[in-house]
Amino acid sequence: MAGPGGDMQWCFSQVKGAIDDDVAEADIISTVEFNHTGELLATGDKGGRVVIFQQEIENKSQPQFRSEYNVYSTFQSHEPEFDYLKSLEIEEKINKIRWLPQKNAAQFLLSTNDKTIKLWKISERDRRPEGYNLKEEDGRYKDPNTITSLRVPVLIPMDLMVEASPRRVFANAHTYHINSISVNSDNETYLSADDLRINLWHLEITDRSFNIVDIKPANMEELTEVITAAEFHPHQCNTFVYSSSKGTIRLCDMRVSALCDKHSKLFEEPEDPSNRSFFSEIISSISDVKFSHNGRYMMTRDYLSVKIWDLNMENRPVETYQVHEYLRSKLCSLYENDCIFDKFECCWNGNDSVVMTGSYNNFFRMFDRGHRRDVTLEASRENSKPMQVLKPRKVCAGGKRKKDEISVDSLDFNKKILHTAWHPQDNIIAVATTNNLYIFQDKPLTERTGLEGDTGTTMSDAANTTSTDNNGDSGLNGSWVGWEMNRGAAWLGPVSLHSQPASGPAPPSGGRRRPWWGG
Amino acid sequence: MECAVDAQSLISISLMKIHNSRTQRGGIKLHKNLLVSYVLRNARQVYIKEKYAEIYRMQQYEEVMTVCNEIQELNPLDLDAEDADNEEQARAACCGEETSLCDPACHRGAAQSAAHVRTASTLLGCSPFEDGSKEAEPSDYRSCCMEASPVSHFDQFSADNNRHCNKTTVLDLDTHVVTTVENGYLHQDCCCNPPQCGQEAQSPGKKRKVEFGCCISDMEEISDFTAARKRAKREDCSYSNPDYTDTSNISNLISIFGSGFSGLLSRQADLEQICSKQALASLGAWTRAIVAF
Repeated sequence: MAGPGGDMQWCFSQVKGAIDDDVAEADIISTVEFNHTGELLATGDKGGRVVIFQQEIENKSQPQFRSEYNVYSTFQSHEPEFDYLKSLEIEEKINKIRWLPQKNAAQFLLSTNDKTIKLWKISERDRRPEGYNLKEEDGRYKDPNTITSLRVPVLIPMDLMVEASPRRVFANAHTYHINSISVNSDNETYLSADDLRINLWHLEITDRSFNIVDIKPANMEELTEVITAAEFHPHQCNTFVYSSSKGTIRLCDMRVSALCDKHSKLFEEPEDPSNRSFFSEIISSISDVKFSHNGRYMMTRDYLSVKIWDLNMENRPVETYQVHEYLRSKLCSLYENDCIFDKFECCWNGNDSVVMTGSYNNFFRMFDRGHRRDVTLEASRENSKPMQVLKPRKVCAGGKRKKDEISVDSLDFNKKILHTAWHPQDNIIAVATTNNLYIFQDKPLTERTGLEGDTGTTMSDAANTTSTDNNGDSGLNGSWVGWEMNRGAAWLGPVSLHSQPASGPAPPSGGRRRPWWGG
Repeated sequence: MECAVDAQSLISISLMKIHNSRTQRGGIKLHKNLLVSYVLRNARQVYIKEKYAEIYRMQQYEEVMTVCNEIQELNPLDLDAEDADNEEQARAACCGEETSLCDPACHRGAAQSAAHVRTASTLLGCSPFEDGSKEAEPSDYRSCCMEASPVSHFDQFSADNNRHCNKTTVLDLDTHVVTTVENGYLHQDCCCNPPQCGQEAQSPGKKRKVEFGCCISDMEEISDFTAARKRAKREDCSYSNPDYTDTSNISNLISIFGSGFSGLLSRQADLEQICSKQALASLGAWTRAIVAF
């Protein structure tokens, strides 16, 4: 079956996270991001933790079994804080993670919560020095009188250890909640955006930032729009865009003036008056903006649609894709249960031919721009056999429901996919449900059988011989974070799921939450 | 899954959301509250429109009936003074804002009887657009929500509004029998006491305050609503979009005047009996003014 993107067939690869239906608040995934090579996949959650997965070297002896992502590093990036002046608690939830391009052996990423951005260095250590003259192995200082000879310490191999250390903390620059960070193509600066302001930082300098956009009105009663997302152009280090709650996107050129309150381009599509409703303002608010990899287009996501804009045309998008138009008649209910405020993200594939975004009921949508095709797929435990091909789903908007269709009223609005990411080169996607991370791959052409709905039973041998990290369920890698260890010894050790253990989820009981190593 | 798209319930839901956001972890989310305030504003506009449409229609029919009864006894051509009085009564019987609708100079007056006479004549000659520009004043805004079925912006809710405002009154000019058929809750909301009209002080200084200057039986409900709006005002961030208000006011006005002079003829079959061309021609200019409203 030909799918979008020219005959792509998506199949299940892995799922990370607890099987529990009872989701701990701290385990809710809040951001997903591949690094520039796609080797690393970072996730952030509401508990302020960052988990990084690394792609294994492809298993040559079993080519049908594509390389897996396994836990590489886990660390607590942000802690809850209390602002005493305003009597406000600052959430530790990780709003965004952005990777820096790799310059040396170590990896760097920026992670941010509502107020503070941190630069983390993730480095590997597989050797340790031994043979100090003045110190014992355990670190105690030797009695100098016992030293009779000198030797040069040597590096001896050790188990791989992945360390994460905070290198910079960029704090106290935002009054409102940070919604975006974006690394500049110059690799020296980055921007951070909150509801009303955008600041420009230098990666080396933490005690000051430069404010480049400020849309705060003199009188807050006159506020009509806020900034919802911002991003640097992938190639032009002087250009960035920011989207607003009114459905407009402004492109700014930092060469024009130091303060970019005045935009260079304003992208706005006139509202269709026939669609006017109580909720028009809410559904036109843009929740995400992403440049294409080639820098010629940008994509915006509002509540019901995805729009592709040509940077040279401001008055309307070049393409509009309806994500879940059947929800338009349900806006009132969605307003009542707050789902209308959900902020969906969107992403491009490596060659900008396909775009992807999430929806409800753990559905996610892909739009093939070239072939004008779209597909709805589902991330669920039921479709989680290794290499199981995902069957396209369909929502029945009204009228007679066909077989295999789902009616709008039976959609589960608590199961939402807000965060998705696409590997920068390959057809590998990471899709985050509430507390699980699904990884899907495009089935290699050589492996496709003529049968649809292939459950991969022919792959059972391969499935049973998955990486040695896993015993038990194939494809399931134990519970989220707290019980995932690094492949080597973690520098932090197991991370507690909650700063207040009393309120956190219980430690694994019996065999319910199996540690990833299967012990 | 379905919920009633009712302006009033949306208002209360929105206020509840704003209230709850104060205790949410992480502080007040500016973006979400801004969006909620947009819904609040939209719902409020529809609510006001509905209210005034009900009230005014009630007034309109009563007034027309009263005047038409007097038509039979009077020669329409030689009793201008009395006509002016009648008009004054008619004006006084209606919401005070009607004067503001018509005459920019006296829209502030709570009860300016002299102005009422001027009003009638200006009404004939004024064009919708002239007055439309004046509708930028928030205190005037509520005066233009007089259409029976709102035309602009909320067409998808017109079904609901029609349900609420679907009160057809037929006046048989021959027999002077008034037949009224009511649907929905319209009727009990619109029992008006003429003396109360025009007494409410308009305070233009109170930006965006909901003012129901007219006589309505559910006064308590309105004052509660106003109080709630005052509470919410602090959190509301997005009420200043004069362009939007202007446009909606103008379009409202156009539909009102349009219906008053000719639109009414084609749109509403029941009122044809009142405003039929023959009736207009025979009754003369001053009657036309009343009949148009």
